Amino acid sequence: MKKIVWFVLTLALVLSACGAPAATEAPVAEVPAATEAPVAEVPAATEAPMAEPFRVAVVMPSAITDLAFGQSMYDALVRVQEEMGAENFEFVYSEGMFVVDDAAAAIRDYATQGFDLIIAHGSQYGSSLQEIAPDFPETSFAWGTTVDTFGQANIFAYEALSQEGGYVNGVLAATLSTSKVIGVIGPIETGDAKLYVDGFKAGVLATDPAIQVNVNYIGSFSDIALASESATTQIAAGADVLTGSAQMVVGAIGKAEEANVLWFGTQSNQASLAPSIVVASQVYHWEVMLKEMIGLIQDGTLGGQSFSANLANGGQVIEFNDGYALPAEAQALADETIKGIADGTVTITLP
Amino acid sequence: MISDLFTVTVLVGILASGIRLSTPYLYAAIGEAFGQKSGVLNLGVEGQMLLGAFAAFYVALTTGSLWLGLLTAMIVGALMGLAMAYVTVNLHAEQGISGIGFYLFGLGMSDLLFQKLMGTVETVKGFPEIYIPGLSDIPGIGKIFFSQNILVYGAYLLVPIAWFVLNKTTLGLKIRSVGENPDAADSLGVSVSRIRYFTIILGGTLSGIAGASLSIALLNVFQQNMTSGLGFIAVALVYFGGWRPIGILGGALLFSFINSLQLWMQVLSIPIPSDIAVMMPYVVTILVLVATVSKVRAPSALSKPFERGD
Repeated sequence: MKKIVWFVLTLALVLSACGAPAATEAPVAEVPAATEAPVAEVPAATEAPMAEPFRVAVVMPSAITDLAFGQSMYDALVRVQEEMGAENFEFVYSEGMFVVDDAAAAIRDYATQGFDLIIAHGSQYGSSLQEIAPDFPETSFAWGTTVDTFGQANIFAYEALSQEGGYVNGVLAATLSTSKVIGVIGPIETGDAKLYVDGFKAGVLATDPAIQVNVNYIGSFSDIALASESATTQIAAGADVLTGSAQMVVGAIGKAEEANVLWFGTQSNQASLAPSIVVASQVYHWEVMLKEMIGLIQDGTLGGQSFSANLANGGQVIEFNDGYALPAEAQALADETIKGIADGTVTITLP
Repeated sequence: MISDLFTVTVLVGILASGIRLSTPYLYAAIGEAFGQKSGVLNLGVEGQMLLGAFAAFYVALTTGSLWLGLLTAMIVGALMGLAMAYVTVNLHAEQGISGIGFYLFGLGMSDLLFQKLMGTVETVKGFPEIYIPGLSDIPGIGKIFFSQNILVYGAYLLVPIAWFVLNKTTLGLKIRSVGENPDAADSLGVSVSRIRYFTIILGGTLSGIAGASLSIALLNVFQQNMTSGLGFIAVALVYFGGWRPIGILGGALLFSFINSLQLWMQVLSIPIPSDIAVMMPYVVTILVLVATVSKVRAPSALSKPFERGD
């Protein structure tokens, strides 16, 4: 009896461990298994791409509702769908794929099912994609944020020049700060977050070199308790404007609101969290890249190119919060900076 | 730059932050200590905290009542404890493995409920900081000890209560005897399963409060996997504290103070790589653990299922 219970429990655990990320999204996303039925039609779909809807699958580490990196991609896919019509564009997603092995399995599953484009939305998925893509030469893959396509004909790469929006936010922050102390909360000093933070700092110092910018990397993308305490610390150290990158900043925004300190967002529009203090958010509009990729795929090019979301091509947009009354001259300065970066007259020097 | 650390603002900031950060650890670790004292290792703390955090947040958001939210978190935690107790006490399951199963259940379930019921990150107005006339105005001390929310005070009140219950009451004696020698306790008429049910359910309830302290008192948001490993650190703190509430308090404070110290060091632009800074709390905790390796040993029957008449 004991042995049986043991066996059942172990089995249950192994199953729940393997299935954990997928199981949670089942009702929301169509998990690979759920979409098996339409797969049968796929061979036909590749022969006559116009007749069938364009099908995209995306795999991402965090959630589609994280008000940051994951949500930026989800929102972009929704906008593409609105534009192309639900009958011409379908997408499914797997979120919460922090475990790269799970993500790799999901990518392979989607590829087997014949999706037209599979997006690996996380720089940690690179080596998995490098292994999987050659097995599915007819399928197009996209990997971000990076510039590396591994020289493979069926991988697109995409990245965001986050320093551009960071710079604009920095210019505005410097204009609005009266204490001349500005705090930055970052996750881990790398990639997209580092670009944003460095750009932000450059923007502040270009506007007012006397301002003290305190940068605090908390070493985690998920620890909102520490991010929140970091905000409290920044405020105690005199900051009257804060910004931060990645999904754990939701804790920090709350503290900023309590202390009535201004906040600048990035990745996704964060105004909904604290309408009174969010001045502006740099928002990724990946649909600009996605539409280009879709066009190329429909014309038979499955990859080999890399794309950058920036202010000039509309892949990055500074979204101002209507709930915050930005002084007219600050707004004018922001518009001028955005225009300057887009046409190349403002150059951003990163450390 | 280092001298910047020794100003009143900074020292007060470090201590006040440390006390806030230690709050969820205290609830979760003291709950875990009760379980372990009675011989049950519960690795599902993190999952209980996540479900507690979600329950508290969702109820507070929809009803507007923080107390109802807290109560719901306690009930959810207790139910998780009840399930854990059934699996470990009645089914004699391996505790470490089943605990991880409960963790994964809590992680997945809280995420699923969040997506179905809320779908996006929202905020609530959490338990406010309590202003105590006179005491809160004392420079420094007032900011550190007398300007916290009610759940912070609750956590600190829990430490002496847990000590008293474990060491000065018959119930505490029964808990300890069940954890040290369940056969002897059983032969003297102490119901091993009833005691273990009690401690595991109590542990679950306290883990639920730990989650609520994050979602409706300290952070006032809910996000998927918001505890990010905190529950596992709480389990480690039980070992660190030698299964004594006061030891757990010491460990929780040490870890939290070093954590807030490293936040301040970065904010004050003290030239130290951020990767090194964020490692500090863990490194110091391990060093202290090694240096002060105590004579206290784990409860003898820890993680051993009890079967009568073996």
